[in-house]
Amino acid sequence: MSVDLVSKTPEGPIADKWESYKEDAKLVNPNNKRKFKVLVIGTGLAGASAAATLAELGYQVDAFTFHDSPRRAHSIAAQGGINAAKNYHYDGDSVHRLFYDTVKGGDFRSRESNVHRLAEVSVNIIDQMVAQGVPFAREYGGMLDNRSFGGAQVSRTFYARGQTGQQLLLGAYQQLARQIGLGNVRLFNRVELIDTVVIDGKCAGIVTRDLINGEIQSHAGHATVLCTGGYGNAFFLSTNAMNCNVTAAWRAHQRGAYFANPCYTQIHPTCIPQSDDTQSKLTLMSESLRNDGRVWVPKTPGDERPAAQIPEPERDYYLERMYPSYGNLAPRDIASRAAKRAVDSGRGVGPLKNGVNLDFADSIGRLGRDVVEERYGNLFEMYERITGENPYQTPMRIYPASHYTMGGLWVDYELMTTIPGLYCAGEANFSDHGANRLGASALMQGLADGYFVLPATIGNYLAPMLNKPTPGLDHPEFKAAEAAARARFQGYLDIKGTRSPDHFHRELGKIIWDYCGMERTEQGLEKALSELPALYDEFKKDLRVTGSGASTNQTLEKAGRVDDFFQLGMLMCRDALERRESCGGHFRVEYQDEEGEAKRDDEHFAHVAAWEWTGDPMNAIRNVEELDFEAVHLATRSYK
Amino acid sequence: MTHLTNLTLKIWRQSGPDDGGHFESYKVDEISDEASFLEMLDVLNERLINEGQEAVVFDHDCREGICGTCSLMIDGVAHGPQRGTATCQLHMRKFTSNVEIVVEPWRATGFPIIKDLMTDRAALDRIVEAGGYITAPTGGAPDANLIPVAKPVADAAMDAAECIGCGACVAACPNGAANLFTGAKITHLNLLPQGQAERFSRAEAMVEKMEEYFGSCTNHGECEAACPKSISIDVIALMNADYLKSKIKNRKSLSRT
Ligand SMILES: Cc1cc2nc3c(=O)[nH]c(=O)nc-3n(C[C@H](O)[C@H](O)[C@H](O)COP(=O)(O)OP(=O)(O)OC[C@H]3O[C@@H](n4cnc5c(N)ncnc54)[C@H](O)[C@@H]3O)c2cc1C
Ligand code: FES
Repeated sequence: MSVDLVSKTPEGPIADKWESYKEDAKLVNPNNKRKFKVLVIGTGLAGASAAATLAELGYQVDAFTFHDSPRRAHSIAAQGGINAAKNYHYDGDSVHRLFYDTVKGGDFRSRESNVHRLAEVSVNIIDQMVAQGVPFAREYGGMLDNRSFGGAQVSRTFYARGQTGQQLLLGAYQQLARQIGLGNVRLFNRVELIDTVVIDGKCAGIVTRDLINGEIQSHAGHATVLCTGGYGNAFFLSTNAMNCNVTAAWRAHQRGAYFANPCYTQIHPTCIPQSDDTQSKLTLMSESLRNDGRVWVPKTPGDERPAAQIPEPERDYYLERMYPSYGNLAPRDIASRAAKRAVDSGRGVGPLKNGVNLDFADSIGRLGRDVVEERYGNLFEMYERITGENPYQTPMRIYPASHYTMGGLWVDYELMTTIPGLYCAGEANFSDHGANRLGASALMQGLADGYFVLPATIGNYLAPMLNKPTPGLDHPEFKAAEAAARARFQGYLDIKGTRSPDHFHRELGKIIWDYCGMERTEQGLEKALSELPALYDEFKKDLRVTGSGASTNQTLEKAGRVDDFFQLGMLMCRDALERRESCGGHFRVEYQDEEGEAKRDDEHFAHVAAWEWTGDPMNAIRNVEELDFEAVHLATRSYK
Repeated sequence: MTHLTNLTLKIWRQSGPDDGGHFESYKVDEISDEASFLEMLDVLNERLINEGQEAVVFDHDCREGICGTCSLMIDGVAHGPQRGTATCQLHMRKFTSNVEIVVEPWRATGFPIIKDLMTDRAALDRIVEAGGYITAPTGGAPDANLIPVAKPVADAAMDAAECIGCGACVAACPNGAANLFTGAKITHLNLLPQGQAERFSRAEAMVEKMEEYFGSCTNHGECEAACPKSISIDVIALMNADYLKSKIKNRKSLSRT
């Protein structure tokens, strides 16, 4: 039986909800905070900011990361920037406009109240990060500089060269490091969460595996926060770091946390196209490049001439042609589909004809090479290192790739999952981006959740638990979860089949990319849903993991992650099949208008689909949270 | 796309911290010049697994030259032959056919080997924990534009802040010193107006923590050459100056309390 989910959104006008929530939330007095232990999993932007802030408030915090250092979390790779409604440039920005752009950008599939809160705290994030010493780009007068990003008509993106994520993460990491140095946070590095433990209906803690010696251990906490990032690596090839995975969220899902909108995945339009079969990942070229680069393909299919020899009238600047008001800055989902169509029509460029041009010749002519170099120098260098081509001389070649996942664990207004005491923040939750995320909004959301939302909501859950006993590590549920985890990892070693985890991951990724990627059809999804379980069966019978479980074994780590990706992949396809409409990153070929734009069905699908685990992802139960739009009008999203 | 052929990889294998370790040679018959160095190791590992052997352990993650996880000595050079480039961004087009390539882990007392090519670099985190931050608890920050930062200052801070914490500077240094890493963090924070309040306590605490784990700098300059972000050794000069001053300033402020 499916249930209607309750978001616990406070009453009142949209602009007052967050203030009134904070006024009403229960508090834990400063001296009592140290009686509570909070487990924070992940030290990316969401996790580092949450762990540092909770420790500053006085909670005991244990922080976990599978990386060797908190600073290596995948947030480090974000390039372009972070949005905030500062309106420093007096170009008409406001909290309301950022809120509206984000809801519209998400194709009206996000929860208004969460998005408004995000826009409200965005301004505090910039203040906080500047105070931490983040060297954001400045103008000559010393004030902060901004650039514009896709899906917005104002300049509200703060940036630090092409390394905004790095600088923000280092800011949050340093704040966390201070708390570690002071003894307020205990850090568990190279330790991976492999299960969550629920006792009497509440999250009682987690089970982890030490990646150095394979030791499996439990940790108890009054509350647990998952800040474990997105699942874009389900596709195998993506812009995510090699070790990004869905295990933490998936294991929580198996213990009762609903998984929301798994089919909402973002395919980023500007990545370097695949060059050969050994390719292990794809590299993003920041969206900010679209500020000054023009996207085009030859008008004639099969045109083999080098870019410079194709005269202007024979080029199709298709984004400028189709979306005159946003042009090259059309939102990601729209730009990605347009690139796919250009390549599918035989007009792709490059040796494998699998890309489109992103051309800087005009900008270099207009601004001079120095200005272009100042803005994008490090990205150009990175491009040259990877492709051996010089983008100052020939256009970059780009193609869409899996980049970000809007879906994730369902959370209520307080960021609590459907398991009481288990919270989820950052990319790992589903909350703010609906069916499509706008550029520069993920960094904003991670830091909003970690710095400003969680620390204000967690007390509401903890306060009534003061001085009440909680289950200890000797509780049979912990022992049972540890035993199950041990058996699972030993199981991978015992199969002794013939194919490596990577081998299966590639095949799995190809199925999901082909049928649940940029364009989806009922027939394709049905096909994926018959191929995936079959391949998963082979995985269980024919996996080969060499080495042992008692020392560092990356093959074994990978096996556990691929196992979870298989199950997630099935749920992604089921979700995509059931959502019989097109919206944002979810494009169902059957649902498009005459011009090929996504056609939503607000009557039947203006809701969140939150899947409940039943023991088999093929039989998960689809629950819904209806989305109410009070502050914005549901409208067809147009960027023309 | 062309291919390189007949490569021999001489790779350091070590089963754990207590094992002595040894080199093992592996043939790579053919690899695309578009492949990255780490993709070549992926191909090798796939083959080792197929042959029933244990894969070579090496650290890596973003493969975009930004997370600082990858860390290989290639032919005796930290991050290999291409300057200003992390191991993961090194591509096979920088090599030729028919050669032997020696692959080792970072070698430094501050970085004990965990297994094969993977080392423990946690000592770098200890240095940051000692003072590599600005104390600004969440919630109390003033409006960001209230603290103007002159563009040249912001740019210089950013140059230093680009450090990815990979430890190549330590690995390249004959003394295993971590001065470039520590100097970069101190320079980033000590140049900014927000960093002034803790400027000298930061310099003192970080330098002294660094000395607990790492060797002493004797100005070889190998660190700058190995740095994938080409961070300048000027940051070491600034660190040394602030450290010296800290000895006076911190004592003065102590006597006042
Ligand atoms: C190449 C690239 C560029 C981007 N550029 C931008 C941009 O310009 N602007 C923008 O707003 N967004 C950008 N994004 C998106 C943004 O970077 C991410 O969405 C965001 O940083 C995610 O932060 P997070 O804290 O949720 O997760 P992450 O930073 O991914 O951190 C996850 C953490 O969880 C830990 N972890 C995960 N699983 C486990 C487990 N089982 N056990 C223990 N630890 C675990 C990891 O060790 C890590 O510490 C970009 C993304 C990519 C891939
Ligand atoms: S793997 Fe991230 S810097 Fe090389």
